Amino acid sequence: MASSPPIEVHDLTVAYRQKPVLWNVDFSLPEGELIGLVGPNGAGKSTLLKAIMGFLPLLSGYVRVYGKPFEQQRQFIGYVPQRESVDWDFPVSVLDVVNMGRFGHLPLIGGLKRTDKERARAALDQVGLADLAGRQISQLSGGQQQRVFLARALAQDATIYLMDEPFAGVDARTERAIVDLLKQLKADGKTVLAVHHDLHTVQEYFDWVMLLNLRLVRLGPTTEIFTEENLRVTYGGKLAILAEAAESLTRRTEV
Amino acid sequence: MNLSPDTWIMLVAIIAAVSCGLVGTWLVLRQNAMLGDAISHSVLPGLVLAFLISQSRDVLPMVIGAGVMGLGTAWLTEMLGRTGRLYRDAALGIVFTLLFAIGVILVSIYTGQIDLDQDCVLYGEIAYAPWDRIAVGSTDLGPRSFWILSGALLVVVLFSALFYHQLMVTSFDPALARAVGVNERFWHYALMTVVSLVIVAAFESVGAILVVAMLILPSATGKLISHRMRPLVVTAIVVAIVTAIGGVELADRVDGSIAGAMTVVGGVIFVLVAITSRLIQRHRQRHEYEAATTTQLQAPGDSAIRG
Repeated sequence: MASSPPIEVHDLTVAYRQKPVLWNVDFSLPEGELIGLVGPNGAGKSTLLKAIMGFLPLLSGYVRVYGKPFEQQRQFIGYVPQRESVDWDFPVSVLDVVNMGRFGHLPLIGGLKRTDKERARAALDQVGLADLAGRQISQLSGGQQQRVFLARALAQDATIYLMDEPFAGVDARTERAIVDLLKQLKADGKTVLAVHHDLHTVQEYFDWVMLLNLRLVRLGPTTEIFTEENLRVTYGGKLAILAEAAESLTRRTEV
Repeated sequence: MNLSPDTWIMLVAIIAAVSCGLVGTWLVLRQNAMLGDAISHSVLPGLVLAFLISQSRDVLPMVIGAGVMGLGTAWLTEMLGRTGRLYRDAALGIVFTLLFAIGVILVSIYTGQIDLDQDCVLYGEIAYAPWDRIAVGSTDLGPRSFWILSGALLVVVLFSALFYHQLMVTSFDPALARAVGVNERFWHYALMTVVSLVIVAAFESVGAILVVAMLILPSATGKLISHRMRPLVVTAIVVAIVTAIGGVELADRVDGSIAGAMTVVGGVIFVLVAITSRLIQRHRQRHEYEAATTTQLQAPGDSAIRG
């Protein structure tokens, strides 16, 4: 297993309603890095995460997790979906949601074992929400909801984390909390692939970067890959975004 | 069992409302309520075919016929929604009306051979329930629909209790369910099978159109005022019982259809609860605002992360 990369994607093509959204994507992720997945809207970033987990039919190609199909390896992957993908009015508590991270260990009949529940509580504590375990989830702020999702993924006890826009719409405090959490995951040797929108913070948060726009543009260490030239290729002619990126690049070099 | 016809009617109404209300809770939570409506219509051809093939009103052929049609509706809708360029609600509209129309034609063609007429199909009739009885040997056990509905209620309760966690995670976050290996599609179809079963059991009593009200109103009312599953389910059961009792009483007063009266009562309860909870919420918000402007509040547990 040591020789197999955490995630290997070969010649992946995915279509949604007859429209291709990913073309011939081919890569291997390095183990133990924080990887930012960057690209314009509609570039297929969320689709890539879902395709890795086998949620979508593939037109071609395959995905391997430590050298084997996802179905045999799902216990290695923790998933943080987009916050808006669920109904936050659902009648469950914070702890109920985090417990769901342990449902891979659920017996057919009956509930979670005590050890699973303890693991969930520890994960909630790790994101600083232990006090809110009994709250109904609609009473949380957006940042707290995001942290509940992160806690649930931590409770999965995975080695690879796929995160769909963990920083979207969160307050400054949650943003710092997520950054600390990412550092902790890296220190523990975990691999993280996270969809990220804010070009300003890519260099600060991620060691590696994957540039995606229907096709894989580049994948590599941020210092080598996150250049104006590569961003121009990724974002095409969208000048406003490029200007923003250029500004962030110059600001970085000045610092 | 020697109970008066009125008591039997009340019991049948209550059990029908409670079993629909319980299984409907899952439909409401999954934001799938209209699939319940669709299944309530599309089971009709299944029922008619079951009558015609088995030449009897036995429970088993009925359940099989309705189950096949119910699953077929869920599956066809899914397929049309996924492969075609069609929104899911449009797919639903096509599938269930088509199946229902086939059922209506079958009923009108074979009207002499089967014990169903078109009014009964649409509106149901609980008032006849006490006279359609079953017996073992010479012992009278009471109305047939009472036992069928009790069986359906038992199935719903067992299904919901035994597979609570699976139903919960697939309702709240299907993507996570798939990620951790809980088969979302399997539980979806399992639930639709149980929904079909309850609908068949309640069909004779409340009919195709009004059964959907019984499925949705109790838990929709519950969701207005509860933030956890337990109070939600308890509210749904209470609302279902009150709806049944109030409906039977109302029908008696105005000498009208029981199923119709139950639906009206359920609807009125929903509206009253909606208005009341809204008023309370507004009052509370004003109260909180006043408190917040006088003292500086800090949300608990909002401390920074602990590695």
